[in-house]
Amino acid sequence: MTPFGTLREIRDAVQSGARRAVDVCEASLATIESRDPALHAFNTVVRDRALARAAAIDRHPSRSTLPLAGVPVAVKDNICTSGVRTTASSKILETFVPPYDATVVQRLEAAGAIIVGKANCDEFAMGSSTETSAFGPTMNPWDTTKIPGGTSGGSAVAVAAGMTPLALGSDTGGSIRQPAALCGIVGLKPTYGRVSRYGLLAHASSLDQIGPMTRTVDDAAIALSVLAGHDAADATSARAAVADYASALTADTASLTIGIPRTLIDTGVDPEVGKAFYAALDVLSGHGATVIDIDLPHAGAAIPVYYLVSTAEASSNLARYDGVRFGYRAPSEAAGPGGRMQDDLKAMYGRTRARGFGPEVKRRIMLGTYVLSAGYYDAYYLKAQKVRTLIRRDYEQAFARVDVVAMPTSPTAAFTLGEKLSDPLQMYLADIFTVSANLSGLPAISVPCGFTTSQLPIGLQLTGRLFDEATILQAAHVYERHTSWWTHHPPSR
Amino acid sequence: MAAGFSRAQVDAVAALANLDLTDDEVALFAIQLGNILDYAVQVQNIDTTGVPPTASVVTAVAERDDVVMPSLDRAAALANAPDGHPDAGLFKVPRVIG
Repeated sequence: MTPFGTLREIRDAVQSGARRAVDVCEASLATIESRDPALHAFNTVVRDRALARAAAIDRHPSRSTLPLAGVPVAVKDNICTSGVRTTASSKILETFVPPYDATVVQRLEAAGAIIVGKANCDEFAMGSSTETSAFGPTMNPWDTTKIPGGTSGGSAVAVAAGMTPLALGSDTGGSIRQPAALCGIVGLKPTYGRVSRYGLLAHASSLDQIGPMTRTVDDAAIALSVLAGHDAADATSARAAVADYASALTADTASLTIGIPRTLIDTGVDPEVGKAFYAALDVLSGHGATVIDIDLPHAGAAIPVYYLVSTAEASSNLARYDGVRFGYRAPSEAAGPGGRMQDDLKAMYGRTRARGFGPEVKRRIMLGTYVLSAGYYDAYYLKAQKVRTLIRRDYEQAFARVDVVAMPTSPTAAFTLGEKLSDPLQMYLADIFTVSANLSGLPAISVPCGFTTSQLPIGLQLTGRLFDEATILQAAHVYERHTSWWTHHPPSR
Repeated sequence: MAAGFSRAQVDAVAALANLDLTDDEVALFAIQLGNILDYAVQVQNIDTTGVPPTASVVTAVAERDDVVMPSLDRAAALANAPDGHPDAGLFKVPRVIG
């Protein structure tokens, strides 16, 4: 039995009784056991819990209709799982055991999915390479000297290396799509508000979104139908109707108009990535799509806008980690007579946060605090919010003419571990094609579209209209059906 | 302003952010934050006359009935506290006033 069975194949086999969920789960755990020591996709593996739940699915009276019956899933470690440690890959939450489930976790488990573990990520989902994790980096299974992308690097590697057919990621500036591209899998960031974020440890609240990572577009569509829908526990959750996304993937041609922001793409894209991207467009136009040039005049400013807005929101969201209600508290350094604590509250806050957070998180809290501070708010934060409006309007105008906007997901294939870690600005520039979907709230998907000469995966990104995940899934599905990139798997050692 | 991001400014921001930075971190962040802001300052060259800010892309206000719903019980809420006192139902912290 290959570890690369699709979500649909596994689900169908468990529903029909051809395979037991327990056997599927054992196979997933065995792959993790053999591959993860070299890859470090997981912070936590919950073997006994997973097998017990799989056994319950095998006995479940509605097993034959559960949409994710027996499907092993890796959950990014910034999404709360009741009773299972959830760290955000940070020392400050190293021992945090949430007393509740995220809504997406409830939905997965109600649909019959089996959580096998918590996937490594950049600390508090801040990074582009999974190297800022307090528990060490995740390695790219195509070349273990390379980064897997980030921040959902562990989720991407779990899927790419055949440990699970499905993983949950979160995407604030590309954190689902970029690691999906760099690991050769499918990653979908739904429309802002499409999937509940209740139980997601907040990074930048106006940008964060949870979505599925899979090896096929069809699998992403099946997962999205389970994850999507209104949730009263998330005030930003939309009431828009949820489609049966997989059933909508029937057309064999994409009779769509696809827009290419050529000026943006042709500045600073690696030649091999550019070649694969334009070849992918030829496949789509060969199957019914009309490709036209569009202009996104403010897209070049998306990176500074993103880093001003997201760090401001992060500095506020991370104020809650202060050593009082959960997580790490630095011990007192000022024991007085009789060991009596001489510290005051403010000193405890400052020391706890200094020791609990890693360098990238501190850097972003500092930047965000600065751009929100008196005297600089208007020049940086408010100005960035206004340019954010212009970026949204660029897309609104584009979507009057086109159904989908296509770009490479990442300007380069996976870079070498350590290469950009000491230069934060270089790391930020890697997000040029992904951040604008977050700033505008639009859905976007990355689908494998080739390899570099050194066998590193390349991703094609398709962005759609608000709440129109169906169209980008359909276009990605047509592309996938007429190419075979998705059938390539990384070497097993 | 970015090119001149001083150590004193880093210290002032760190105090606002409740972060006790080491001397090495202060020196490093003075350079790195300066570089990042040098890059980010390009947004100030974009004409935004009459353009409203976007704080959120959500257009529909999510309303719900104002009814009491179940919430975490006190023991569960205290279970992760570094110094929780379940019997008293309190989070214990160092003194606030010296």
